[in-house]
Amino acid sequence: MAIEVRIPTILRTYTDGAKAVTGSGSTLSELFADLDTNHPGIRERLVEKDELRRFVNVYLNDEDVRFLDGINTKVADGDSVTILPAVAGGMR
Amino acid sequence: MRFDSPLAAVGNTPLVRLPRLSPSQDVRIWAKLEDRNPTGSIKDRPALYMIEQAEKDGRLTPGCTILEPTSGNTGISLAMAARLKGYRIVCVMPENTSRERRELLSMWGAEIISSPAAGGSNTAVRVAKELAAEHPDWVMLYQYGNPDNAGAHYTGTGPEILADLPSVTHFVAGLGTTGTLMGVGRYLREHKPDVAVVAAEPRYDDLVYGLRNLDEGFVPELYDAEILTTRFSVGSADAVARTRELLSQEGIFAGISTGAVLHAAIGIGRRAVREGVPADIVFVVADGGWKYLSTGVYTAESTEAAVELLHGQLWA
Repeated sequence: MAIEVRIPTILRTYTDGAKAVTGSGSTLSELFADLDTNHPGIRERLVEKDELRRFVNVYLNDEDVRFLDGINTKVADGDSVTILPAVAGGMR
Repeated sequence: MRFDSPLAAVGNTPLVRLPRLSPSQDVRIWAKLEDRNPTGSIKDRPALYMIEQAEKDGRLTPGCTILEPTSGNTGISLAMAARLKGYRIVCVMPENTSRERRELLSMWGAEIISSPAAGGSNTAVRVAKELAAEHPDWVMLYQYGNPDNAGAHYTGTGPEILADLPSVTHFVAGLGTTGTLMGVGRYLREHKPDVAVVAAEPRYDDLVYGLRNLDEGFVPELYDAEILTTRFSVGSADAVARTRELLSQEGIFAGISTGAVLHAAIGIGRRAVREGVPADIVFVVADGGWKYLSTGVYTAESTEAAVELLHGQLWA
């Protein structure tokens, strides 16, 4: 078992085009560090000074981690993490 | 109910319990039917309020041209109010939005400037800001940053909900300009601090996000994370499935973004049942399904087929 991480198109240059990759760790921070060992450079696109970058949204099982514990949110095997660019709403 | 003019009939929408979709007798889901506004969407509230506040403080005067980045409902509401009040209106919208929207905007006299599909609303906002710089005499009400957008909900939607349902425990709405969540959320928190304010954010497929740049994202100026309790991302498949369920179970014909909001509301309801606590969950039906008929999602054979039809489209 591992944690599935869905990667947005813009970051797939780091994952050889893969839409989803797997990683491990007990927090998001550890998970991103783990991803960076297999996909060097990806962590820096997500994290700045130990915080999520402003226009990066990360969801743990569809819930925005900024309302959980941010980058220190606990994760476990079987969880699904989705990374997305922040966007304005659609039909406004 | 009697009103002195069409514009006076904005707001005061029904709040209805959904007996079939509510998870239990004491965990109840309520729909705030904003499609009952004059042009058929919740956006009549902020559109009218932004115009009237701008008139009050002199930003908007007779003969003015209104400019707005909008891919639909806000533009439609502004165009209707602009026509009745005698303003010219120019709307900037992404080129990949549905035909119904374009026709509705033109019908109420709006002039449309298309922005490239790539980047969606973010690009429409950028193009509108450029136009505003070129035409300093045009008045951009700018729904993403205008406090009167949230103000419409602080003075209208929020008080209506609390008056109709003093036992409200959760408020769930879509996250776009963030005006609804900020306005209703602020009002409810001031009057009932333990209310949970929950955002449901549309998650599109890769085609829509494809060209988004992580360094140039967009967060509406109105957004204040402190108002929210939490925020869910809802994908197209769940949004479509819930939109169809709302129609088949409760007979409510709503737009696709409403399906996303209902999905979050039902998730909260199930959590409450698991934890054994009663809940009165209010969610917003932002508009009816009319403008999305051409997508085919309402009549598709299966939810899977309906999801396929939405591929690559902005649905909320």
